[in-house]
Amino acid sequence: MSSKPKVPGLLTASERELRKTFLEQAHLVPGGERISQCLQCGTCTGSCPVSYAMDISPRKVIALFRAGEIEEILRSHTIWICASCYMCTTRCPQGIKITDILYALKRTAMEKKLYPDRYPVYLLSKSFVNLVNRYGRNHEILLLVSYHLRRNPLALLRLLPLGWALWRRGRVRLSPAKIAGVKAIRQILSASEALEVPRPEERPAYDETMVGYGAVARS
Amino acid sequence: MRYLYYPGCSLEAAGRPYDESLKAVCRALGVELVELEDWNCCGATMYMSVDETVSLAISARNLALAERNGDRSMVAPCSACYTVLLKTNRFLRESSELKGKVDRILAGAGLSYNLSIAVRHPLDVLVNDIGLDAIAAAARWSLDGLAFAPYYGCQIVRPERGFDDREFPNSMDRLFERLGARPIYFPLKTRCCGGMLMTQFPDVCLKLVADLLECAAENGAACIATTCPLCQMNLEGYQRQVNRRFGTAYQLPIVYFTQLLGLALGCSEQELGLARNLIPLKISLRAAA
Repeated sequence: MSSKPKVPGLLTASERELRKTFLEQAHLVPGGERISQCLQCGTCTGSCPVSYAMDISPRKVIALFRAGEIEEILRSHTIWICASCYMCTTRCPQGIKITDILYALKRTAMEKKLYPDRYPVYLLSKSFVNLVNRYGRNHEILLLVSYHLRRNPLALLRLLPLGWALWRRGRVRLSPAKIAGVKAIRQILSASEALEVPRPEERPAYDETMVGYGAVARS
Repeated sequence: MRYLYYPGCSLEAAGRPYDESLKAVCRALGVELVELEDWNCCGATMYMSVDETVSLAISARNLALAERNGDRSMVAPCSACYTVLLKTNRFLRESSELKGKVDRILAGAGLSYNLSIAVRHPLDVLVNDIGLDAIAAAARWSLDGLAFAPYYGCQIVRPERGFDDREFPNSMDRLFERLGARPIYFPLKTRCCGGMLMTQFPDVCLKLVADLLECAAENGAACIATTCPLCQMNLEGYQRQVNRRFGTAYQLPIVYFTQLLGLALGCSEQELGLARNLIPLKISLRAAA
């Protein structure tokens, strides 16, 4: 959290930048603007099976967004601990897609590289994406090996007994299955890179100076 | 009946008994499963954390292939695949902006998708298309009062209301009750197992798994029936770690619901991949009435 006292309604330059990225990401969630309807009732936090392990509860995530503290959200563990079970989304009386909002925050953090070094979720997601881009399918062994080698190679040793038990029962596949249409995956990737710069009419016009709900209401 | 089949990456490896038992059940019921040719990964939860548009496009490639095949629906047994494919349909339907982007991306790969594919879970197909009457009529064995915990996991019933209740579904309860088994009281039936958190934050995930095992064991379950390869792996593969950490001594077999169903339908243990389970299922069957 920044140590400088905040003037209500006034955002730091870095917060403005984060806010812009987040609102663009939230805009990609159909119905994402319903975040403005939050009552702060806490049903999300009470429903979440992992909120006990979060440093910022799901309800507080929305409160911090409203207060202009996105950076604090991104520096917490919360968004990464969500396993996307969608219980909060199911129960939210205001119909806010909280799980998808957390995805938007994850993407904001990835884009702005705001997470601790060698952070597990970032590494695992990147390893996963690399595999899918390369083979068209996920491969459990390569995923775990490439993840743990970069994070904590000793953890691979701890996985050996389970790996061996699965191997004996024919539940380990050694070589990845490469799909014939892997070219199509590459084409999808390059076509989406070409879309990276949105056409002017697609760019949502945000008033970057606005704090909280007003910013979404305008979008 | 014929269904297009999307196995998903897990069912090619650790989830192999799910693939085998689902196919065996379909054979026994005279349902034809045709695998989608050259399918790719759905993107799971992780691709969505990196890039939403690409993630949707990659998932939509499968739906586009299914559509080009002339199919109207596709069966996805893995909960993660099922929820991601459904989400792809929903997001593309609800946002013309996303639809426009994904259309342009797919066009780059020579594909198009017109939102016509219904994504189905095998539990839904079995209970609602085939029907409990037909399944009961085809059953050769009664599950003879087997006390089981019906564990649906989170992603086949949420976020939108699909084929069953989002918190207390009962399709699987009804299915196996009809086949002579007894669903135990299992209020955690849609509680999350943690999924991939087992790799990222094992401390958090082991607690979730311990809660599920405790609830099932305390309520007298002889086994837990699952619908998802991730749930199956977390509950079965990490049971020893749970025991070590929490000082428990669980030895609960974790079976795919299709394995249990296959036993009632008279499929062989080999067909159902039962020997691939780490904790063997002990079960007494009685000839069906």
